[in-house]
Amino acid sequence: MHRVLGDRRAIALLLGPALLVYSLIMLVPMVWSLGYSFTQGNTIEGFTGNGLANFSRLLDDPAVHDALWFTLKYAAVVTTGQVVAGYLLALLYVFFLKRASALIRTLVFFPVVLPTVAVGLLFQKLFQVAPQTGPVNSLLNAVGIESVDFFGSAGSAFWVLIGMDIWRSMGFYAVLLFAGLVDIPDEVLESARLDGATGLRLVRHIVLPLSLPVLMSSLIFSINGTLKVFDSIVALTNGGPGTGTTPLTLYMFQTSFTYSDYGYGSTIALLLTVVCLLVSLVVYRVSRRDLTEG
Amino acid sequence: MITDTSRARRTRAAGLSAGAVATVLLVSACGGTGGGSGATPKDFSYLSVTENTTVKSALTTLSKDTCKPADDALPLKVETVPQASLDQKLQLLAGQDALPVQFAAGNAPALTQQLATSGKVADLEAKLKELGVLDQLEPAAVSTIKALYGGKLEVLPYEYNIEGIFYNEKVFAENGLKVPGTWDELVAAAAKLESEGVQPFSASGQQGWPLTRLISGYLYRSLGPDALQKVADGKAKLTDPEYVKAAEEVAALGKKGYFGKGVGSIDYDTAMNEFLAGKAAMFYMGSWALANISDAEQNKVGAENIGFMPFPAVTGGKGSADQYPSNVGLGITLSAKSFDKKTGDWVSCIAKNYGSTALKDHGSISGFKVNTEVKDANEVTTQVRDTISSSKENVLWFEALFGTKATTVSQTNAASLAGGSMSPEQFMQTVQDALAAQ
Repeated sequence: MHRVLGDRRAIALLLGPALLVYSLIMLVPMVWSLGYSFTQGNTIEGFTGNGLANFSRLLDDPAVHDALWFTLKYAAVVTTGQVVAGYLLALLYVFFLKRASALIRTLVFFPVVLPTVAVGLLFQKLFQVAPQTGPVNSLLNAVGIESVDFFGSAGSAFWVLIGMDIWRSMGFYAVLLFAGLVDIPDEVLESARLDGATGLRLVRHIVLPLSLPVLMSSLIFSINGTLKVFDSIVALTNGGPGTGTTPLTLYMFQTSFTYSDYGYGSTIALLLTVVCLLVSLVVYRVSRRDLTEG
Repeated sequence: MITDTSRARRTRAAGLSAGAVATVLLVSACGGTGGGSGATPKDFSYLSVTENTTVKSALTTLSKDTCKPADDALPLKVETVPQASLDQKLQLLAGQDALPVQFAAGNAPALTQQLATSGKVADLEAKLKELGVLDQLEPAAVSTIKALYGGKLEVLPYEYNIEGIFYNEKVFAENGLKVPGTWDELVAAAAKLESEGVQPFSASGQQGWPLTRLISGYLYRSLGPDALQKVADGKAKLTDPEYVKAAEEVAALGKKGYFGKGVGSIDYDTAMNEFLAGKAAMFYMGSWALANISDAEQNKVGAENIGFMPFPAVTGGKGSADQYPSNVGLGITLSAKSFDKKTGDWVSCIAKNYGSTALKDHGSISGFKVNTEVKDANEVTTQVRDTISSSKENVLWFEALFGTKATTVSQTNAASLAGGSMSPEQFMQTVQDALAAQ
């Protein structure tokens, strides 16, 4: 075995096909897209080079600023929500429900399995005001509050979106973090208890530090997912009202495929890639430092 | 040693061939062509939008009836996509050179013109002349098409529409209302209806255009028929006070709740149903709605209780109420590449028979001549047909001369304007910015 893996040709043969496929479907389009960001045009008209014009437009475009701000705001809130809710659920499973948690885990995980579009439609109906009054508004009416047009203003639409995405994904993070929590050796917990650490103190000083690696992985996982959010927003609000809930991804999609400006669309894609990279680096750095100190 | 070398050689060969196989697989997967795109099409493929059912079913009727010989030679094959995804689909198909034989050519004339400039669209004027059926098109429809598409006949007039306000005559009579002749009378009528507990207007904020049509309607009446041409030519801006005024008027209707609750969540069908179920008194729409109005299944109010009025005049304005906004519906065109003799047979059969079939079966008015006299299904259809044949001057709609981006921006923000979360100045500024950026 060692002889085979020591042979460069064997390595090339084993890696070659996968690397080739990966390059063709991932790296080539990425470089290609980078190239497009120096052009103007679309598949119908053809492409012409326009130097750095797209980049200077990116800096001045208020729609990009709004979309970037929305993306960051959304990512921060949803990531926090997903990981915190997931962690609380995981603590509930391990320390409170213990072996009886299987049913609850399944129920909480269930929304993860549902198609995003179905969840989007479900929430649209839940919060709708017209043509029929939805359940949430009916409930508000029952306690004497006027109906609210949740999708009529960017502020309320944002919170419905946040609620939907946290509900949809917390089960997934709960299971992920649950796996991290059950890995904490019982002896450690036992000795901490003997030393008098219970409840919050146990979580704060023993459980949290020991589950930090998996917590950090969840965080990186979550932030990258939320920065690239697309389907749930398209299904729920389609970026509306106006452009009130339009993230970078949707603006990129519209620019390229609806306004047929592939060059500028690629430039927005590049911005998104850079943002993802920076955020991942920051989270990675922070987590490494914490681990060495802990 | 010898064994090792030969093994290495074998390994290298295997690696190379694996790479080659992978490349071939990928290349062949990427290089596929779409159906019906070849120089000799296998079927009369037709791509349209899900929302438009009239053209699709009238063509299907023709394929089984008058155009059966053409259908036998080249069978009709209909594919639909939601209207909101049409432009993307066309971009992709055009990029792969895989456009169907006949297709809805985009939500904005700008995209159709792009396709035409790059040679994807057949020169219909020449083709129809060649087939000897150019005279089957109504001159009014041809001139509307030319006004929209830079002086060229780039689409077929499967519809010829004028727009105005359909109203529930019964509700108007019950509330002692007369047909409003001016904008102020319209607003007063709406106020009266609202106070009687009747929703004055039904409109789809999700589509957006039924709301922006009110802005352009007001602009044409107050500033005259060239109001939006001036904006397109850069001689005026949407942010000029006289333009913002129109947005203010429409926002005021929304603020008073005349469009009902949650106008942004109302889609096209819901707006139509609200009106046809008698829940709203007025409905700004094009004459294509006659198809729904004539359908007793959908129209619970009864076609005899529905009237049509022009967009009212604005007191002291430069325009007049007899300048109707007109259009040819969703532009439907033919691919240049696949226009052969069999396609030509289909097109000449359509040109000769579509007008009567659409009117008879769907109550829908097209820009093709009606060669077999059809008795109108109801009074409102007659009223609209008479209006069309007597109208002297036509105007376009709010986004007609805008590019794709400004069109989308205008239509997606319209509900915010009517819902009050965007001020009239902000709305006009946003659209003007999008116009400037294109």
